[in-house]
Amino acid sequence: MTRKQARDIIQVQIYREPNRVKKYDAIVVGAGHNGLTNAAFLAKAGLDVLLVEKNDYIGGATVSLKKHKDWVYSNCSYVCSLLRPEVYRSLNLAKYGLQVVPYGGSATISQNGDYLGSYVDPDVSRREMARLSPRDADAKVRFDRDIMRQCRFIRQFLLRTAPDPTSFKPRDLMEMFYMGKQLLNLGEDVIYDMMRLYTMSISEYLDEYFEHPLIKAAKAGSGIIGSAMGVMSPGTAYVLLHHAMGDVDGTMGAWGFARGGMGAIAQAMADCFEDHGGELLSGSGVEQITVRGGKVTGVALENGNEYQADVVVSNMTLPRTFLECMDQNDLEPDFIRKVKNFKIRGSSGKLNFALDGLPKFTALEDNPELIKGDLHLVDTVERLELAYDDWKNGSWSKDPYVDMLIPTLTDPTMAPPGKHFMSVFVQYVPPKVNGEDWTSDHRDQFGQTVIDKIESYAPGFKDLILHVEIRTPRDLEDDVGLTQGNIFQGELTMDQLLFNRPIPGYAQYRGPAKGLYMCGSSNHPGGGVMAAPGANAAREILRDMRKPKSVPEGWIDD
Amino acid sequence: MKAIDYSNKTHYRTKAFHSPFYSRQEPMNQLKEWGRWSDYLSPHAYSCASMEYFACRNACSVFDLTPMTKYHISGKDALAYLNRLVTRDVSKIKPGRVGYCVWCTDEGRVIDDGTIFHLSENEYRMCSQERHLDWLLTNTIGFDVSLTEETHEVAALALQGPTSCATLKQMGLEGVENLKPFGIRYFSFENTQLMVSRTGFTGDLGYELWIDPDHAEVLWDRLFEAGHLHGIQAMGDEALAMLRVEAGFIQAGHDFMPAHQTVRVSHTRSPYELGLGWLVDFKKPNFNGRKALLAEKEHGHRYNLVKLDIEGNKSACDSYVFTKNKKLVGTVTSATWSPSAKASIALATLEAPFGRPGEELLVEIYYQKELKWSRVMARAVVVSGVFFDPPRRRQTPAADY
Repeated sequence: MTRKQARDIIQVQIYREPNRVKKYDAIVVGAGHNGLTNAAFLAKAGLDVLLVEKNDYIGGATVSLKKHKDWVYSNCSYVCSLLRPEVYRSLNLAKYGLQVVPYGGSATISQNGDYLGSYVDPDVSRREMARLSPRDADAKVRFDRDIMRQCRFIRQFLLRTAPDPTSFKPRDLMEMFYMGKQLLNLGEDVIYDMMRLYTMSISEYLDEYFEHPLIKAAKAGSGIIGSAMGVMSPGTAYVLLHHAMGDVDGTMGAWGFARGGMGAIAQAMADCFEDHGGELLSGSGVEQITVRGGKVTGVALENGNEYQADVVVSNMTLPRTFLECMDQNDLEPDFIRKVKNFKIRGSSGKLNFALDGLPKFTALEDNPELIKGDLHLVDTVERLELAYDDWKNGSWSKDPYVDMLIPTLTDPTMAPPGKHFMSVFVQYVPPKVNGEDWTSDHRDQFGQTVIDKIESYAPGFKDLILHVEIRTPRDLEDDVGLTQGNIFQGELTMDQLLFNRPIPGYAQYRGPAKGLYMCGSSNHPGGGVMAAPGANAAREILRDMRKPKSVPEGWIDD
Repeated sequence: MKAIDYSNKTHYRTKAFHSPFYSRQEPMNQLKEWGRWSDYLSPHAYSCASMEYFACRNACSVFDLTPMTKYHISGKDALAYLNRLVTRDVSKIKPGRVGYCVWCTDEGRVIDDGTIFHLSENEYRMCSQERHLDWLLTNTIGFDVSLTEETHEVAALALQGPTSCATLKQMGLEGVENLKPFGIRYFSFENTQLMVSRTGFTGDLGYELWIDPDHAEVLWDRLFEAGHLHGIQAMGDEALAMLRVEAGFIQAGHDFMPAHQTVRVSHTRSPYELGLGWLVDFKKPNFNGRKALLAEKEHGHRYNLVKLDIEGNKSACDSYVFTKNKKLVGTVTSATWSPSAKASIALATLEAPFGRPGEELLVEIYYQKELKWSRVMARAVVVSGVFFDPPRRRQTPAADY
């Protein structure tokens, strides 16, 4: 089979058997997009790199899988905006076949049959908002400005290692100084606003701009995606920012599809990695990261094979790395306690549908523009908060928040013509049901809750379903390895961001043993298909090896 | 009736709406070059921008300004409200008069500029380029005023140029020649009320005509009938762009960034930095930005917006401005060849203290001849007056040509 054919069937299985006695320069654990990024940068810098993956397919949560006939599902992550363009370019992902295509629009549909649409055309979008509230339509100018001000500040730190504020190393001091200088450049109002934005709830933050309930509900969704917090929980305003700071081709806040599904990103990264001589070994997970005398020595796989390297990079979550894949005797108790307390609560589920045709949402009246974008079914922030209450009570939301997309309206590669793949992200879904592990009955009931909700807005939807894959947080943990099913490898709250991510003292991608590094989204700057933690970790590793600089920092935006 | 309606969900099918004058503009627009101005289609030029420009300076031209944002402000606190909102003393704008003004954030940064029409006692219209409903409503707190947007309820045409008065007289507006600059008069016209103000964006003799959208077409028809022997011509925004630079008028989004849209805080401007210090009146009661502007007046401002007369005939659009010692001190924000002043002219933002009247500077102009790019460092001088300022602009009674 040619590589192209392998890509066409998406599930790439590589059975090459590396030389057992050979010692690698570095072993990267986990072929999610950050592990791939990290491994690719290390290989590109000339290192002899082994990338090991527990599944027999690569990508982690950045994956395209065939679960039903000719349908390709982006069955975990489903849209792309945060992927750092600097990484895209530096790894030459375009050459390896990656195409990110922007999509426009979104609609938030209310129970009374109305909706708020967001359109590609800014004037149409403004008039649409003015249709509901002329005042809010004008307030959005100020809202967009304030969000953009904060995004500009954050974006410049995405491809930089967070400084340790307690360190007196010249590098940390200089980085603290740089950060302080950038902060002061913002001007006093923006600084005040920043402190508030990072600590407020998305609901309160939106109250400062908007009056119309549907407009607030439409904006609030991105404040809770991936977090086990409600729209009224402090800290959710930042989560909105995390979803707004990406771009497609420089259009900030825009989102796109990877052609061929999200797995196309992982596949391009893997092709880049192999093109630079990297070895990829899939199908067996790491049993243990081996340490001797405070130094890593390599990895032992579940299949019994062992591989040696002085550098081991874990793309696994913080708890999975240290609580499941290391001998606890190699770690300090205080460190273990902090890892155990790392906030990584699962809150999201996913339904992936193969559909026989295009669903018809009654309220949309066949609007051909809005159906191509994100669809939400919610009226008020209060309704979102009630959905969170169910999670707190140990159950999936009976009236869940959904973020639905039909990529096949944009991407012709994912389903036969006229048929569709529909991705439905769902919140809230707890890691355990009333304290018990998920059962298949629970999973079916959860799926039915979501399907019934969609059917009530799009009558006839059920008849279109050819196949559905229902993903609970437990599935995300079992299949992808995301602890508790948290899609960000750890929540994006102020207590575990920047120099406190994942835990204080370990924010510079170095683990507690010499030669041990961490490159997953548990690390700064966090989750989303961003590739920043992977790139930043590679930069630190190469720095420790005294290799020339080859990992890009962020492009300057003046 | 409103000129446009987007209360129905299906509005998305229309990306830009037709102005109430569209049925008349469309056949005249031989070039079919439509641009978008806010909610409306707006012609860039009907047949030839240059000819339209000369129609305005030599005869008269008609420009559709319906898309301009308009607010109606009324109530017993209307004056107090506006006086708090804008920097100039609105009490000096008597009923039947119009005033140019700017309004600022608490920090004294310009949100927008525009005109206030004192329609009658306690009743005003405010016109601006940008939209401000949220800001204007926020400012109503504590005032007994009613504020509504009336952009789509009022159709408007600018009739500008030396024969504009003669045209209006020909149309039957008796006594319109006695209307002073910045004055408003009402006429009965085709069983409705036509408001005429002696205002404009061209720096010439000219009028703006305000009417309900249902009478838009008849107004256009009567105007062109009356102007037939006075050289009337429809004009698009390309010609207007030349005219307003000659008149020294600044435009939001071109010569300054409206504060509510400006992401980079240092890119906002104060009235002083736009050369509009004369619009700031500290003797009137408290107003938005007063404290900040007072401090700025004492401690100085960071930028000067200036008019440049540039040697040669190359357009200086988007150019850097240097001192004679080649120190970079600013950029050109608007530039054109002035057919009336027969000079290359520009508006530029310079770092203070540069830009004193008479100061000599250099403008780095890139220009292309048959696809080959060249560069010239053109000498320029800061001028204090406007580039074209005919006496007919202010003469009352207005002349026929």
